[in-house]
Amino acid sequence: MPGDASALQLVLSADPALMGIVWLSLGVSLAAVGLATIVGLPIGALLALTRFPGRNACIVVLNALMGLPPVVVGLAVYLLLSRSGPLGSWGLLFTPKAMVIAQAILVTPIIAALARQTLEDLWVEYRDELAAMNVGPVGRISTLIWDARFSLVTALLAGFGRAAAEVGAVIIVGGNIDGFTRTMTTAIALETSKGDLPLAIGLGIVLIAIVVAVNALAWGVRRTGERFAG
Amino acid sequence: MAVRAPSSDLPIALENASVSVGALTILDRISLAFSPGTPTVLIGPNGSGKTTLIRLAMGLIEPTSGRITFGGRERVPPLRRAIVFQRPAMLRRSAAANIAYAMAAAGIDRARRPGRIEELLALVGLTGFGERPARRLSGGEQQRLALARALARDPEVLFLDEPTASLDPAATKAVEDVVQAVVARGIKVVMSTHDLGEARRLAGDIVLMHRGRVIESTTAAEFFSTPKTQEARRFVAGELLV
Repeated sequence: MPGDASALQLVLSADPALMGIVWLSLGVSLAAVGLATIVGLPIGALLALTRFPGRNACIVVLNALMGLPPVVVGLAVYLLLSRSGPLGSWGLLFTPKAMVIAQAILVTPIIAALARQTLEDLWVEYRDELAAMNVGPVGRISTLIWDARFSLVTALLAGFGRAAAEVGAVIIVGGNIDGFTRTMTTAIALETSKGDLPLAIGLGIVLIAIVVAVNALAWGVRRTGERFAG
Repeated sequence: MAVRAPSSDLPIALENASVSVGALTILDRISLAFSPGTPTVLIGPNGSGKTTLIRLAMGLIEPTSGRITFGGRERVPPLRRAIVFQRPAMLRRSAAANIAYAMAAAGIDRARRPGRIEELLALVGLTGFGERPARRLSGGEQQRLALARALARDPEVLFLDEPTASLDPAATKAVEDVVQAVVARGIKVVMSTHDLGEARRLAGDIVLMHRGRVIESTTAAEFFSTPKTQEARRFVAGELLV
């Protein structure tokens, strides 16, 4: 394969251009997961604990939204944030903030849907005990989230994987501007089309390594936590 | 957090209380009172309505018809009542944290908790188990921890739904010993069992149930010496009530 040696060299020498792209990608994806957690977790908890007409339809829609095409989300956010769009005055288009918003929209349904399933399973188990202890709605939700925290990490990981790997949304709303909104995935797409395979391969290696490292870390935290918390 | 109710929940009185789900009647016009004093044991075959009666008296469900009062009041939150379910769910925390959770939910002062946790663990024979994950304990140990957790709420009435149903004789004895210690502290115990031997060992009063109805409700001494109904005579004789 051409460029393997120089790709490795780029990674091992922590090339500043490459590291800039890596940090931006990580920052955007982690911020998106953070935002999606703040929005998605309460939605998941609400759907897990409450019964209302149309709840099943909501769950079906939420599950379906897990498969949102990133380019469509990118397009929708682009239309919202473009100069003539409803939020155009915010001046966010082609900034990292726009990329965070687009990825958060992609990730929120994943976190909400997986959290809903996890919390509902635990709720079935805890419902009678918490009712017998006269625990109110806020206490119930916080107890469920706390006790399911190690399982919920898996939901966050799924969201992070989605955010870190997608290219369609960030390339539309970020614009792939060198040194400003260029992420690992958009850079790989660009460098490959330009024929600069060493950088593309180097970024590919880093991207895979980060995803593996984050998953390994989360798995370790979960195992250790479960050993102590049961 | 909950504030202690000043008045007593006892007697818990059911007046013509029925519980139905769709066309199925699970409890059929029950009139009964649980008063302070010796343990009341609900006996009867599976499906006779014991668990539903306990859930109703605990206040976890409402009667479909008729009424239930707690110390003369209706719809009283379970601040002074506690329950151990047949298969208690352990919170994903340590044994001590399970007890601490129940105390926090009951509004018990944080400063009082550590000492009381040790006391309760000792009462149920789980001294030294405090830091163990609750879900890793054996079935018998979990049952005793559930008892400690229920007692952590400082209840005046404790409901036990078949507390020894899936336990071996040694674990059963350990649970029964705790129940007797609880009774000695003046807590009203209402428990269900389909084990006649257990009923003889623990009961002050007996309520025999069959197909959602109370067949006989009397003192244990009278029930076992002179059962009045045919069902009671058959049950005491060890015949199968189906």
